[in-house]
Amino acid sequence: MRRIFAILLLIIVALGISLSLVKIPFGAPKTKVGRYYIEEGVEETGAANIVTSVVVSYRGFDTLGEVTVLFIAAIGLGAVLTAGVKEETRKTEPASLVLYTGCRLLFPLILIFGTYIFIHGHLTPGGGFQGGAIIASGFLLIYLGCRERRLSRIASNLAESLGGLTFVVIGLLGLVFGSYFLLNFLPKGTANALFSAGVIPIIYIAIGFKVGSELAGIIDNLIEES
Amino acid sequence: MTIFVTFLVVLMLVGAVAASIFRDLISAVIAAALVSLIASILFYFLQAPDVAMAEAAIGAALTAAIFIIAIRRTERYEE
Repeated sequence: MRRIFAILLLIIVALGISLSLVKIPFGAPKTKVGRYYIEEGVEETGAANIVTSVVVSYRGFDTLGEVTVLFIAAIGLGAVLTAGVKEETRKTEPASLVLYTGCRLLFPLILIFGTYIFIHGHLTPGGGFQGGAIIASGFLLIYLGCRERRLSRIASNLAESLGGLTFVVIGLLGLVFGSYFLLNFLPKGTANALFSAGVIPIIYIAIGFKVGSELAGIIDNLIEES
Repeated sequence: MTIFVTFLVVLMLVGAVAASIFRDLISAVIAAALVSLIASILFYFLQAPDVAMAEAAIGAALTAAIFIIAIRRTERYEE
């Protein structure tokens, strides 16, 4: 009886969602605000990548909230895992030759790729979050393969704090130089140049450092304390 | 092109069903990572390369690693 009821409920929900979605043409710029971003975004923010101009400039405050949520999650995980655990040196077997060599060879390349992604966030697809995630996956390789090369806690905490601080300070500088938080107060330059779009690349580099060190810190906490 | 995308979607469904059926949790995590990886390829075909990058790095690599770390400290086989 209960199972039939659950199946019926599922069918009703699926019907409701599909009926409301079937009328929306896929990929068409439907809303006024979306069309505005596509037509005026490059001109207004100076960033060639419209997604970045929305994430960092038009919706910059939301991004600050997102970064804060990730920060709180990382802090909470660290607090739960390190509470009452004393330092002990567990014996771990060394990684195999393939993993060790692959880790030493691939880690610099992954790091450079992640850095490229977040430095060019205003020009090419990707940005701080994607670059940070790629860098964190490189650190995952470090923890699996050559653990003695891992980043110290202090360095990762420093990168995380400086990233967050840069984001907030640039937002506040907008208040100083103009009228509102996260105002793009630097010159915009020509679109498609590396030094363009004002504060957008600076904020995205800060986000890249912050997300990368936070995700790497989560992996570090889980591997070390569990 | 359409045939390739259809193949990917079918493979993704197979991976999703396999992830829920497997009793060996490591295999289930690998199947779930396969779903994420194919999702990132599909995002690329849907002209969302930034989402594809995030999905490949977080969904396929980091989430699978976190699950495997958790499985290492608990039990590998589901009763």
